[in-house]
Amino acid sequence: MKIINLTTNLNFTMRKLLSLTMMAFAATTAFAGGYRVSLQGQKQLAMGHTGVGVVQSAEVLFFNPAGAAFLKDRFNFSVGGNGLFAKTRFQNEANNWKASTENFGNPFEIYASYRATDWLTVGLAVYTPYGSAVEWDKNWVGANLVNNIDLEAVYIQPTISIKINDQLSIGGGPIYVTGGVELNRNLSRSLSENEVPLGENGNPAEVTIRAKNVTAWGWTASMMLNPTENIRVGVNYRSEITMEARNGSAQFNHVPAFAQGTFSNTTFNADLPLPAELTAGFSVQLTDKWLVALDYNVAFWNVYKNLTVDFANNIPTSVNPRNYKDASTYRIGAQYKPNQKFAFRAGYYFDESPVQDGYFAPETPRNDSMGFTGGLTYQITPKLGIDASFLYLHFKETTNSYNYTAEDGTPYSFGGTYKNVVFSPGVGLTYSF
Amino acid sequence: MKKNTLLYLAILAAAGFTACEPEFEHNLTDADYSAGEADFTRYVAVGNSLTSGYMDGTVSRIGQTYSFPNQLAQQFKIVGGGEFTQPSYADDVNNLGGIAGLPGFNTRLIIDAGAGGPEPIAGTSTVTLTAQQKAYNNMGVPGAKSFHLLAAGYGNPAGLALGLANPYFVRHATSPTTTVLADALSLNPTFFTNWIGANDVLSYATSGGIGIDQTGNTNPATYGGNDITDPTVFAGTYTEIIRQLTLNGAKGVVATVPNITSIPFFTTVPYNPLTASAIGDGDTTVGLASIRRANAQLYGPLNQILTAFGQPDRIHLLSETDPNPLLIIDESLVNLGPQITAAAAGNPATAPFATVLGQIYGQARQATAQDLILLTTRSVIGEPPPGVPAPFDTFGVAYPLQDQHVLTAAEVTLVNNATTNFNNAIRAIAATKNLAVADMNAILNQLVSGLRTSDGQIYTADYFSTAKVNTVLFSLDGVHPNARGYALVANEVIKVINEHYKAKLPMITAGYYPGATILPSN
Repeated sequence: MKIINLTTNLNFTMRKLLSLTMMAFAATTAFAGGYRVSLQGQKQLAMGHTGVGVVQSAEVLFFNPAGAAFLKDRFNFSVGGNGLFAKTRFQNEANNWKASTENFGNPFEIYASYRATDWLTVGLAVYTPYGSAVEWDKNWVGANLVNNIDLEAVYIQPTISIKINDQLSIGGGPIYVTGGVELNRNLSRSLSENEVPLGENGNPAEVTIRAKNVTAWGWTASMMLNPTENIRVGVNYRSEITMEARNGSAQFNHVPAFAQGTFSNTTFNADLPLPAELTAGFSVQLTDKWLVALDYNVAFWNVYKNLTVDFANNIPTSVNPRNYKDASTYRIGAQYKPNQKFAFRAGYYFDESPVQDGYFAPETPRNDSMGFTGGLTYQITPKLGIDASFLYLHFKETTNSYNYTAEDGTPYSFGGTYKNVVFSPGVGLTYSF
Repeated sequence: MKKNTLLYLAILAAAGFTACEPEFEHNLTDADYSAGEADFTRYVAVGNSLTSGYMDGTVSRIGQTYSFPNQLAQQFKIVGGGEFTQPSYADDVNNLGGIAGLPGFNTRLIIDAGAGGPEPIAGTSTVTLTAQQKAYNNMGVPGAKSFHLLAAGYGNPAGLALGLANPYFVRHATSPTTTVLADALSLNPTFFTNWIGANDVLSYATSGGIGIDQTGNTNPATYGGNDITDPTVFAGTYTEIIRQLTLNGAKGVVATVPNITSIPFFTTVPYNPLTASAIGDGDTTVGLASIRRANAQLYGPLNQILTAFGQPDRIHLLSETDPNPLLIIDESLVNLGPQITAAAAGNPATAPFATVLGQIYGQARQATAQDLILLTTRSVIGEPPPGVPAPFDTFGVAYPLQDQHVLTAAEVTLVNNATTNFNNAIRAIAATKNLAVADMNAILNQLVSGLRTSDGQIYTADYFSTAKVNTVLFSLDGVHPNARGYALVANEVIKVINEHYKAKLPMITAGYYPGATILPSN
């Protein structure tokens, strides 16, 4: 009669031990509000990224496809790109934690429109509304939430615009999205491959999940109304698009030998919502030289309740509460065209964060922000112009935390004070005839 | 126009790039922290295993780095703390711990997932007794009792065989005649922690109470290793230690002795683990048959005899449905052995065993919730006692667990009384020098119901379990904290320092520190 094990739950099986070890497994997402940095056109960015009521270049295919029907020229082409420099700092006074991250992105856009008949304009827009990277110092204090994350999503959008009359047009088209995401994080706060002396990082157990060539379809629809010669009013809607990552790779590194049976490389499925966005606004041509525009965006982020990562093997499904709220952006911009050679632009916007208190995770360390924009166009010839723009995003300092990572069934909180700055210069070319 | 354009561009560029650095309203620097009234220039820690970084049954090279004083010292460095040295374990190349060649000084405990429990890690210890002859900032000596800190020769290798010296102190004593405290004071500390006293009572408790309570005997030279120190001796010794530590004006923190109810070594194994399934080794049918047989042949007759002698509660029949208590020896009971033998001899069924029955069950009774079964007893329950024939060859079921297996209710009382006495002395003596007190007894008692740290995580005094691998604070020996537990201890000491000495030291978050080593096989 052996009763050795009867007194405690020391009845180990590998599975039991492991499945209970790292329930906190929390793969995260990059498709967060903080990454929706608006950089979809050099001219319009310079005007506070307004444009739902502005018709002046092929950029209108993004801002309001209906507006393409009112473009002056038969053929319009715009191409541009930005260098996006994002810096984030983190500190926590109670624990004397400090961390920072500097990241670079290069969003781009290509727009072409062609007026096929008097009433029909066709177009093609390629742009990157989501695309960012955050790379914290490896094994920093928040490493079990995220070490680094890299997201890219390219939108390819064929459009048609129908001019109903000189006052009204409608437009829209399907959106084909192709993208990918990569995320690396540690499995837990304390699990390492081997024993590690105090003060050394060792090799914490970590996972990289990677999904490439994830594709999805959505659509956009819009209308434009010109109540007077000098006023344009626009409304644009872009549908929610769910990126369904299927059979992405989940790769585990530095997992201690006892846990390798469970935390073995596998595939995962996850759904990542890109929320619907509604924009309404107008522009007024005050004089020959002055144009002002106002836009209001709302992104329906409330669809983003959880990120659920479902692994193909026995690793427990990871459910990570996000609980985003709908977020609004208020934009204003102006353009001054002193002559045929130059145009100067400036703008401002206020961008609300969709992240609620207690859900502030370091993979989207962004708070409410104010965007200051400016730029100019120089017409080399009447057909060909060079555009330049810049964006300075000033984020409100925030002290917040993510309270939904659990260890052994008890959620704990990770937080501190975050401060971000984004600076993004851009250039583009516009050609039309 | 062109000039203006360039100017505009230049302004834009300048504005953009200079504003590109995120600046906090208040940028955190080391200047945000302070030592307050304390001076951490030379910090020395004195104490026992709890100070040395002992965990999983030993001191190992890596385990030692997680000692609570070393963790504290890292925080002290932010506010002027100096270098903090610990006895060298460079000879522990493979981080096995133990001490080479010394019986009982095993390698560190690990969880062998294949076998299903804690066991010493495979391999041979390379830790030697080579004399380092150096005073270290961490003067925690595993096994030391209060009076050992003042005992000359405690680090003399010649005293090892006689039990007068401690191998851990032998490794680093500056001379054969020095004392632990003298070596500590040779570093001229400006700040100290003193967590001594636990072994003055706990070695009695962890041995199952095989020692004796020396209350009334004021000569510690006559004490055995598992005895409880006389409270007067303790108070006197403690006063002298504090007097010497504070002689040059050093400030410090003293810590109280934890109560055994907050230590998993005493609380993990239940007093009543004997279900039918357990007795049947997983097979309930077999177990039920065993229970019925035991009731008919052993428990029943014993109960009859004991009832006849006015002790009906010593041994009841085993239940077929509820978990049954272990059978134990309680030395505080009147020995009814002769009576049992005489009565058994009168019954033909028990007559052949009459003598044996009297010898075995004279002071036997079933355990109650007031008895604490030691963690180490877990591996003994159900096993055959050495030299005991069938049908009596199962510890805890047919054969009572012995004195060293159980801390009986009477022994628990002795331990609790001593703990209270020692802690009262520690607090009173600390007050005379206005020292900060880290009430580790109170702090660790919070673990019984669950201690919530500032990040919201809840820690308990539970022993290692599969459901708690991220939140277990105690190492596999069941007595000492693991790295995570020492982080929690260090953080509690920081709170005390911040409060008492008006310092501002950054907190330590236990969640980042490791727990047990788990290996797929050993």
